[in-house]
Amino acid sequence: MVQETPRVASLVLEMPDWPGHLAGQHVDVRVTAEDGYQAERSYSIASSPEDSRLAITVERLDDGEVSPYLVGELRIGDKVELRGPIGGYFVWRPADERPLLLVGGGSGVVPLMAMIRHRVAINSKTPTRLLYSSRSQDDIIYRAELERLAARADGLTVAHTLTRMQPAGWDGYARRIDLAMLSEVAWPRHEMPLTFVCGPTPLVESVASLMVDMGYDPPSIKTERFGPTGG
Amino acid sequence: MTVQQSDLKLDGNAIGGLLREIFTMEMTAAEGTCSSCGKVHAVGQVEVYMNAPGVVVRCPACGQVQMRIVKGGGRYWLDLSGIRCLEFSSD
Amino acid sequence: MSFISRGFRGKRRDTASSSRLPPGQYIVTDYPVLSAGPTPRIPLNEWTFVIEGEIDKPRSWNWEEFRKLPTEQVTKDIHCVTKWSKFDTGWTGVSMDKILEGVETAAEYTVQFSYGGYTTNLPLEDLTGGKAWVVYEFDGQPLHPEHGGPARMLVPHLYFWKSAKWIRGIRLVNEDEPGFWETNGYHNYGDPWREQRYWGD
Repeated sequence: MVQETPRVASLVLEMPDWPGHLAGQHVDVRVTAEDGYQAERSYSIASSPEDSRLAITVERLDDGEVSPYLVGELRIGDKVELRGPIGGYFVWRPADERPLLLVGGGSGVVPLMAMIRHRVAINSKTPTRLLYSSRSQDDIIYRAELERLAARADGLTVAHTLTRMQPAGWDGYARRIDLAMLSEVAWPRHEMPLTFVCGPTPLVESVASLMVDMGYDPPSIKTERFGPTGG
Repeated sequence: MTVQQSDLKLDGNAIGGLLREIFTMEMTAAEGTCSSCGKVHAVGQVEVYMNAPGVVVRCPACGQVQMRIVKGGGRYWLDLSGIRCLEFSSD
Repeated sequence: MSFISRGFRGKRRDTASSSRLPPGQYIVTDYPVLSAGPTPRIPLNEWTFVIEGEIDKPRSWNWEEFRKLPTEQVTKDIHCVTKWSKFDTGWTGVSMDKILEGVETAAEYTVQFSYGGYTTNLPLEDLTGGKAWVVYEFDGQPLHPEHGGPARMLVPHLYFWKSAKWIRGIRLVNEDEPGFWETNGYHNYGDPWREQRYWGD
């Protein structure tokens, strides 16, 4: 298990007979208590399809039922019941060469990270921009890895916005994603980008709606809502 | 009366697993034509309410109920009458 | 085949046998929110409640008029078909017997209809005889929109999907008209003590 931030951890799973997956897909995890009570939750796959082990990244919700168990109780060697991979709409296939705009809020960055890792693993040069909204710098998931990948200057740029707290000397954005920010970060319309937006429902709906207003082709904007929290 | 959006709203991605149980293939990329307003959306884009005695799927354009899915007692009940036509790949 | 997830307990629930707990249920202490659509937000100055259909003359109340009706405080156990039960829930509202006072009808069935389009059906006799209320307070506080406010039905002897949230009115009908969930797998009557969850139960 990899602790990504104080509340977020990635579980690395050995999956014999895993059929492989596409970047953006998720798995449904089911847990069963001794009295037979079951709970099921969906988690996006964080690892690239090239990785031999499957990774999911889970945010521990304060009033959560399953996340505190996965992040707090599971030990190496424990078995996890899951089905998948699931999804065919919110997936990035590298054969699609359109410039990529990835917009994530909180744990919504997880499926986008699978896309970014996939892009690196196959040496794709598809121009890609990630706009990532977090509450504070400590809440940025995969922070070091994103810095490292952006520094490769191979066509990936990363822009952060911190909505609640910014460290001294912060030179990134410091507010909720809005029209002005998207205008600066998004690929121009004539480049006909492919956009993936993922995170809490209000963020996803706001960003998708802004992009439609900005004139981007609605079918080119793919969304995945994570519910009220989700990050 | 004003109706505002509920935070409990998800989208078709959240029922990808459930639909995979019912259909023989992945369905979130399938495109559905709303029987009420005629707009076409991928299943991944439709509004999904899961905190209910069953799953309720609504058109993102007009809010009409497109699907109802109940699973229980060893059976599924599936109402797709809110979708006039569902198009998906045979590959 | 599922296996036990070592160490998983899940949310606080109590399945200890109790004569107050219908078969297959567990007791919770929180109050889960279930919804089939966006939460309707109805300003009180636009809210009305009606009784219509097979009736001598339709009745209707606006919020002010409704709040002038005699109210009761009731404490009931509620049972959701998704298996959770909550004991001793406190409500303030108007008894259906009071609302139907003086109504002349030969109808045997009813349909509750809500803001947002939800419907559920019941025999008229399940709404009368001290078995049903239109409530607008939960635990002494105005009913929150997420839980069905401004007003919802309370019919605690049946599964809670038979108590419509965001109630707009009740239609009296001669023939039974299965509602939103009754037409899609859920039992037409819904008695938790006979575990009538689905068709054929």
